[in-house]
Amino acid sequence: MRVMAQMGMVMNLDKCIGCHTCSVTCKQAWTNRAGTEYVWFNNVETRPGQGYPRRYEDQDKWRGGWVLNKRGKLVLKAGGRVKKLFGIFASPVQPELKDYYEPWTYDYKTLVDAPLGDDFPVARPKSLITGEDTKITWSANWDDDLGGSAEYGHLDPIVEKVRRESEDKIKFAYEQTFMFYLPRICEHCLNPSCMASCPSGAIYKRVEDGIVLVDQDKCRGWRQCITGCPYKKIYFNHKTGKAEKCTFCYPRVEVGLPTVCSETCVGRLRYLGLFLYDADAVTAAAAVTDPQELYDAQMDVLLDPNDPAVRAEARAQGIPEDWIDAARRSPVYALAKVYKVALPLHPEYRTMPMVWYVPPLSPVVDLLRDQGHDGEDVGNLFGAIDALRIPVEYLAELFTAGDADRVTTVLKKLAAMRSYMRGITMGNDPDDSIPEAVGMDGQTMYEMYRLMAIAKYEERYVIPKAHVEQAHDLEEMGCSLDFEGGPGMQDSSPFGEASGRPVPVAVETFNALRDRQTSDEAPGETTLRGRVNLLNWDGTGAPPGLFPEKAFVPEKQAAPAPPPAPAPSSRPGEQP
Amino acid sequence: MLASSLAMLEAEPGSAVVISALDIVLWGVLPYVMVVVLVGGLLWRYKYDQFGWTTRSSQLYESRLLRIASPLFHFGLLAVIAGHFFGLVIPMAWTQAVGMSQEFYHFNALVVGGIAGVGTLGGILLLIYRRRTTGPVFMATTRNDKTMYVVLTAAIVFGLWTTLASVFEGEHGHNYRETVAPWFRSLFVFQPDLGAMAAAPFSFHLHTLVGMALFVIWPFTRLVHAFTAPFHYLFRPYIVYRSRDRDRDGNRAGAAAARSSGTAARRGWSAVGTRDRDTRNR
Repeated sequence: MRVMAQMGMVMNLDKCIGCHTCSVTCKQAWTNRAGTEYVWFNNVETRPGQGYPRRYEDQDKWRGGWVLNKRGKLVLKAGGRVKKLFGIFASPVQPELKDYYEPWTYDYKTLVDAPLGDDFPVARPKSLITGEDTKITWSANWDDDLGGSAEYGHLDPIVEKVRRESEDKIKFAYEQTFMFYLPRICEHCLNPSCMASCPSGAIYKRVEDGIVLVDQDKCRGWRQCITGCPYKKIYFNHKTGKAEKCTFCYPRVEVGLPTVCSETCVGRLRYLGLFLYDADAVTAAAAVTDPQELYDAQMDVLLDPNDPAVRAEARAQGIPEDWIDAARRSPVYALAKVYKVALPLHPEYRTMPMVWYVPPLSPVVDLLRDQGHDGEDVGNLFGAIDALRIPVEYLAELFTAGDADRVTTVLKKLAAMRSYMRGITMGNDPDDSIPEAVGMDGQTMYEMYRLMAIAKYEERYVIPKAHVEQAHDLEEMGCSLDFEGGPGMQDSSPFGEASGRPVPVAVETFNALRDRQTSDEAPGETTLRGRVNLLNWDGTGAPPGLFPEKAFVPEKQAAPAPPPAPAPSSRPGEQP
Repeated sequence: MLASSLAMLEAEPGSAVVISALDIVLWGVLPYVMVVVLVGGLLWRYKYDQFGWTTRSSQLYESRLLRIASPLFHFGLLAVIAGHFFGLVIPMAWTQAVGMSQEFYHFNALVVGGIAGVGTLGGILLLIYRRRTTGPVFMATTRNDKTMYVVLTAAIVFGLWTTLASVFEGEHGHNYRETVAPWFRSLFVFQPDLGAMAAAPFSFHLHTLVGMALFVIWPFTRLVHAFTAPFHYLFRPYIVYRSRDRDRDGNRAGAAAARSSGTAARRGWSAVGTRDRDTRNR
C-alpha cells in the first residue's frame, strides 16, 4: 500500500443555476491572456447539450482516455508510444478552433469614432484570431439553457447513445425537456491519460496533493495531451505554443484558500477536500474489465482516513499529521465514500477522475411539482425516480458508465433526505423509516443534510495548507532561497532580468496572504507596496504611487497612511 | 593531408587545384564557427529560453493541409538526414568492401534521395502555401519564421539540385564521396581537407554554405524543437510524479518504509527523463 494525498472536488449539481460565475472568475484569473482567448479551464454546460468543445464525449472520434486491449491491459485509446511518435508531425485527432469556437470581440471604437451620418454606427464582431470581421456561429456555451436544442439536441453524444438504446425516448419537445447544468474543470485524475500521452513528460502529478500541472518549460507543443484527455480539458495556447490546463488554483490551495471557481460559486455547490488513496492500486483498478465496475474499483482505491492502519501508513510515507487530520474531515471523502452520493464523471474513460458530482434530483422534483404532486413526499419521489427512466439513463451515461441502478440509488438518497428533513422541519417526529429505506440511519442522514444543505464555508472547504517550510518549493520547484529578497536572489542574470527562472508564484501568494492577514492596515497598503490601485483611480491627476518613487522619501514614511483609494476630489494641485 | 587531396584532385581533371584564402575561410574556418554558434546557441537557449522552446504548432488554426504537408515534410527530412549520413559519414571504401558497386550506390542514392528530397520540398512548399493563405497561420508567422523558411527552403532546393544534376550528368556526374565526404569527415579530426572540398562543383559549395547558414540560425528559430525530439517517451513511465523532496528514484524523502517494502520504484511510478528544477539547483 502506498498512501498518497489527493485534492478533490465535489459539485452538487442540484444547486447549480448555470450562472457561469465560476467560468468568468476562472477566466479572469487564469486565461485572460492572448493565446487563451478560447480557453475555459472551467466551463458550464447545459445538458443535454454538445458541450465544449463540441461533442467532446464522442471518443470514437476524439480517441481520448484509456481502453483495455485484447489481453486486458490498459492502453491509450489513441494508440501506444510508437504510434504516437509516428503521428507527432500532425496530431491525428486534435480538435481545431472551430470545434471550440472562434473567439471574438466587438469593434466598440466605431461607436464613438464614427463620423456623423444617417446610419447608427454598429460595433461589428471582430475575430480575435484574424482581426477580421467575423460571423459568430458558436461559443463555449452556445446551447446554454437548451438554446437551439430543438435543432442541435440530437448531436449530444449521450443523447445519441441513450436514444439508440431506448428508441427515441428522449424528446426535445419543449414541455417534456429536462435539463441541468454541468460545470467542468480538469478532473486531476489518478490515472491521467493526458500525462501518459505527453511525449516530453511535461505533465506531472504533484506527490503532495495530486494536482496535475503542465511544466511550461518542458512542454514542447507536441499536442498529444489534447488528444489524450477524454474531457478535452487540456488546451493549446496558440501564442506560446504550449499546453495549458486547470491548475486547481494551486497558489490559493497551498495557502488554504479554495479555488477561484469554488470561492465565487453563488450556489455554494462546490466542496474541496482531501482523499487518501492507494497509489499502488490505481492501475489495477483502472483496468477492471466491466466499465460499470470501475466505480466500485475507484471506491476501493480511496482509503478510509479513520482507519488507524491507513493513518499509520500515511505517516510512515511522510504525509504530515495535519493533512491526515484534514483527510478525516474531508467533505469530498464524506460525499463520495461515506454517503456515496457523489459520482465520478465518465468513469468509463478509465482515468480515475477526482472531481465528483452529486447527480441532480431537481428535474424529478420539478416534474412532480408541475404535475401537481407533492415533490417532497418520499413515496412520490421514489416512484417518480423509477418512472423517469430517461433522465436516469442519461445521468447514468454521464456518471456510472450506464449503470442506471446506481444513479437511482443516489437519487433516492437525495429524495429521502429531502422528505426526512421536511418532516423534521414541520415539527413531526423524525421518520426513521425513510433513511432506512435507502440504507442509512437518521443520524447519518442528518449529517449529510448538514453538509449538503447548510454547507458552511469551513465544512465545504477543508484545505490543509502546504507546510510553511515547504511552501517555497511546492511549485516551480525552484531553489528555496532564490525568490525576491531571498539570499539566493540575483538581481539579474547575464541576459537581463526577464531571462532565467521566474519568481515562484506560490512564494508570492504565500507572502501576500500572510501580509494581508497579519497587517493592521487596510488591504492594499502593504501588498501594493506603495503603488496605486488603478481600479480606484478616477483618471485625473497623478496620485502618489502611480509612478515608482525615484528615491526613498523619509517624510512620506512618517506621514499617516493615506486612504486606500484617492478621494474623488483629489487633484494634482492638492498633493503635498 | 595535402598529398591525399592532391591525389584526389588528379581524379578530377579540369577542377581548380589551388586552395585560395576564400577556401580556407569557407571550408576551414566557417564550419567550426558554425559549430560554436550552434552548440553555444543551443546551450544558451536551453538555459534561458525553455519557455520559448516549442514546435509552435499551428494545427489549432488549420488541420486539413497540415495533416498532409507536415508528415510529408518531416518524414522526407528524416530520410534526407539518413541519406546525408550514408553519403558523408560512411567512406566509399566501406561500401565497396561489402561489395556495393559505385553504380548501385549512386542509383540508390539518386532514387531514394530524389524521392525524399522531392517529398521534403513538396511538403515545405505546401506548408508555406498554407502559411501564406490561411489567415490565422499567417498572422502567427514571425519575421524569424520567414527568415528560417527562406534558408530552409534554399538548403532543400540546392540540395535537390545537386542530386538532380547528377541524374542528368549520369556517368560523368560529380562523385561527392571523393570530395565533400572526405572533407566532412576530416573536420572532425581538426584536419580540414580543404583541397577535397575546393574541388567540388559550385552546386555542392552552395548547398554546403546554405546548410551551414541553416545550422547557424537553428538555435534561434523554432527549429530547435528538433533537438528535443521526444525519444525518451518510448522508455519513460506513463504516470509522472514530481515532489519537492525527492531522491533519484522518485521516492519521497522519509518514505523509507515504502522503499524497504520494495514497492516504491516500480515501473510506471518512478522518475522520468525530465529532471526537476529542484534537483538541478541542489
